[in-house]
Amino acid sequence: MPLWSEQRRRLLNLLLGTSVGATLVAIFYPILKFMIPPEVIEATQTSVVAGRVNELPPNSGKIFKFGNKPGLLVRTPTGEYKAFSAVCTHLDCIVQYRPDMQLIWCACHNGQYSLSGKNIAGPPPRPLEEYVVNIRGEEIVVSKA
Amino acid sequence: MARARWAVLILTIATLVGSGADWTRAEQKKDSCVECHAALEGSLAAPVEAMREDIHRARGFSCADCHGGDPSRDDPLESMDPKKGFLARPSPRAIPALCGRCHSDAEFMKRYNPALRVDQEREYFTSVHGKRLRAGDTRVATCTSCHGAHGIRPAHHPLSPVYSLRVAETCARCHADVAYMKGYRIPSDQYERYKRSVHARALYERQDLSAPTCNDCHGNHGAVPPGVASVAHVCGQCHVRQSTLFQASPHKAAFDVMRLAECVYCHGNHDVPSPTDEMIGTGEKSVCLSCHPPGDVGYQAAERMRAMLDELSRNLERAQAILDRAERAGMEVSRAKFELNEARDALTHARVLIHAFSVKELENVIRPGLEVAQRGYHAGERALAELNYRRKGLAVSLLFILFLAFLLYLKVREIEGTR
Amino acid sequence: MRVELRVEAWRAWLDERLGTEAVREFLRRKEVPIHRHTIWYYFGGMTLFLFVVQVVTGALLLLYYRPSAEAAFESVQFIMTEVEFGWLVRSIHSWSANLMIATLFVHMFSAYFMKAYRPPRELTWVSGALLLLLVLAFGFSGYLLPWNKLAFFATKVGTDIAGDVPLIGRFLLRFLRGGEEVTGATLTRFFGFHVAILPGMMTIVLALHLILVQKHGMSVPPSLEGTSLKRMPFFPNFLLRDLIGWILAIGALAALAALFPWGLGEKADPFAPAPAGIKPEWYFLFMFQTLRLLPAKVGIVEGEVLGVTIFLLGGIFWMLVPFLDKPTSRRRSRLFTGVGVFFVLYIAVMTVWGYLT
Repeated sequence: MPLWSEQRRRLLNLLLGTSVGATLVAIFYPILKFMIPPEVIEATQTSVVAGRVNELPPNSGKIFKFGNKPGLLVRTPTGEYKAFSAVCTHLDCIVQYRPDMQLIWCACHNGQYSLSGKNIAGPPPRPLEEYVVNIRGEEIVVSKA
Repeated sequence: MARARWAVLILTIATLVGSGADWTRAEQKKDSCVECHAALEGSLAAPVEAMREDIHRARGFSCADCHGGDPSRDDPLESMDPKKGFLARPSPRAIPALCGRCHSDAEFMKRYNPALRVDQEREYFTSVHGKRLRAGDTRVATCTSCHGAHGIRPAHHPLSPVYSLRVAETCARCHADVAYMKGYRIPSDQYERYKRSVHARALYERQDLSAPTCNDCHGNHGAVPPGVASVAHVCGQCHVRQSTLFQASPHKAAFDVMRLAECVYCHGNHDVPSPTDEMIGTGEKSVCLSCHPPGDVGYQAAERMRAMLDELSRNLERAQAILDRAERAGMEVSRAKFELNEARDALTHARVLIHAFSVKELENVIRPGLEVAQRGYHAGERALAELNYRRKGLAVSLLFILFLAFLLYLKVREIEGTR
Repeated sequence: MRVELRVEAWRAWLDERLGTEAVREFLRRKEVPIHRHTIWYYFGGMTLFLFVVQVVTGALLLLYYRPSAEAAFESVQFIMTEVEFGWLVRSIHSWSANLMIATLFVHMFSAYFMKAYRPPRELTWVSGALLLLLVLAFGFSGYLLPWNKLAFFATKVGTDIAGDVPLIGRFLLRFLRGGEEVTGATLTRFFGFHVAILPGMMTIVLALHLILVQKHGMSVPPSLEGTSLKRMPFFPNFLLRDLIGWILAIGALAALAALFPWGLGEKADPFAPAPAGIKPEWYFLFMFQTLRLLPAKVGIVEGEVLGVTIFLLGGIFWMLVPFLDKPTSRRRSRLFTGVGVFFVLYIAVMTVWGYLT
């Protein structure tokens, strides 16, 4: 009597065929899933829409998210747009625009920056990093220089 | 014989000219003070050596500008003739006026440094030091006590004794000396205590030159202890928000009535510690209890505010912990971690807002912070759940893979068994 | 019956156009000798399989990866968090790279000790040595692509070492970095190397290597040469065994990716101070450790320059082994085995040492 009867051989081939098929599916399923683009399209942020035109009156500012950092969009009293990193160079507090002083101001230790980002009073050791502002249609686009 | 004498003379001149060589370059005129003292030894030569780094020398001043005398004469009797204004050792009482001769003269000073103030002498005489000096106490500090006499550097030079990092040490030379300060009826432990303060840590450990040292609160030339009325303004120079909040708070009137020094009453002065949440509330270290008896409105408010701070920091910690755990397990949660910063910001903000002593205002900041912390916690939970899901998926697929490998093994056996 | 006829017709049609019959004939005749060292034959196939995994996962990663200093880190982060199974694909790519280098080393040293480089297989050895170089270059260039802190500084140190190569060091350093410093320009270059230039070279050398292996068949160690050995058909016996190994490798990769996902670290910041204890990938560690141990000056030569020169000469020697080890001389042959043992021990000791310090 042979070790491998015809029946057992057929069973083996059947099982083998299905498991190879299943394994191939298991391999190609993640691959296909991977290739389908995810809902969130933007992978990286070298630029970001910080706000809309008319949202900010002159002499005001707002905080926006720029990648992993908060940014500060300022509309100067003359109506110009400017954008900076909103992280104070002293102790990493978040700075804000002070319409009454017409300056960028840090609440933690009274650090002050001019509207070109330069540290002009208080403890900040360095100017704020400035970003480039472009207006595209209705959107205010901020990008890294 | 005559020749030898000539040689000695030439040598002597050469030595003198040589040692004073770099002086003569700065100062074209003859300067017999330097010529002689450079060739002397010990304390008589020391001023010449020290003056090399002096800002005044760099601007073209020399010995005689302060000490008087006539540097164009070689004969010591003539050059150091008291009749020509020579003054070997100006007395402490004369020093402010001596420096003030130039430094209080706006017309004169603007030729050298138009930005420099010219009121130091006037300010000095408003200080405790100045007043005592006027009253005849010569042990108090005068200009030279802090700035040095020879080898004065500008205050922003790192080696100047009045440079931010060295001021405290300079003041401590007298103020920390128990024997010296005896009889003045002020403590001598300020330096010791300052060294323990959050300000000293910022200044020395982080080398943050904007952190306050003695003169930032006491003034430099007009050094006086800030009184009850002015201390809040002194702290408010940097801690603006805390100060404005406090001024608008109900505490302001109460402190005024009780004549309490606003900031110092709770935070201390020289050894200001890093503030903690324990300072508020009803616990052992709470500063509120010294005025608010259990049960009164302030007591309840303190209890409530402390509870809010605690809740936010607890939630923040919990979110941070679960995200850390997910990260250690290899999950990518840096975005969630970043978003948690917003909650941390809210906590910082809330701690500042305490100075308004208003439960309602605090709540407005705490609540959004709590929401962010909750979101962070959920993100961590999701990451851990995803990890679990991956492990289960792995277990299932490994089972299939091992089964397939086993079948392949049987296939090999089958093929080779029949051969 | 009719089905079989139709299959036969198709086969003839294909054979006429592609010459498939020759391949089938070759496969039918290809055999693998069976002896106590047969196990080592599987490592070449395993390396090849892992390389295929690299090609597939690498191509997939290209769909989302962005090769610039501003976007690289974020795009890898995007792959890891947003793209479905992105974590799996990237982790497998990283793990498979490391396993491939490990199996490649095993394959190389087994070939060395079985003296598989004897005539007529000298060029198989040389092409294999070239493949090793290419794979190390793949590893070095790929390591930088996520643009994280560790990779940034490892690349800085690594290219610095390349700058110590005698005569052409400065040129090499500038060539690798695309300038004087490691910058975004370096990243773009390394990306170009990693996905275009190296794969192109790899295709040619790998094809040569595989053709030569088919042409000469499996080498039998000298100790067994001349004895009558049992043989098994390559197809399907050996290939099925290969397949078991590959299936298990897929399982191992999936397990590694799920249990030990490849981390991403922090984004590189060229102005940040170097973190303490920078180490290169483990397969460069023995060279790194050697350079660290060398004194700053050896005689009039700088220690690093000396070290790099020694490794260069060692590499050239290693590549030329088939022409130096004459099979006719027994004693010489034994000497080469000794050299091989020394290399293995040296690499092992230095790697462990490098890890512990």
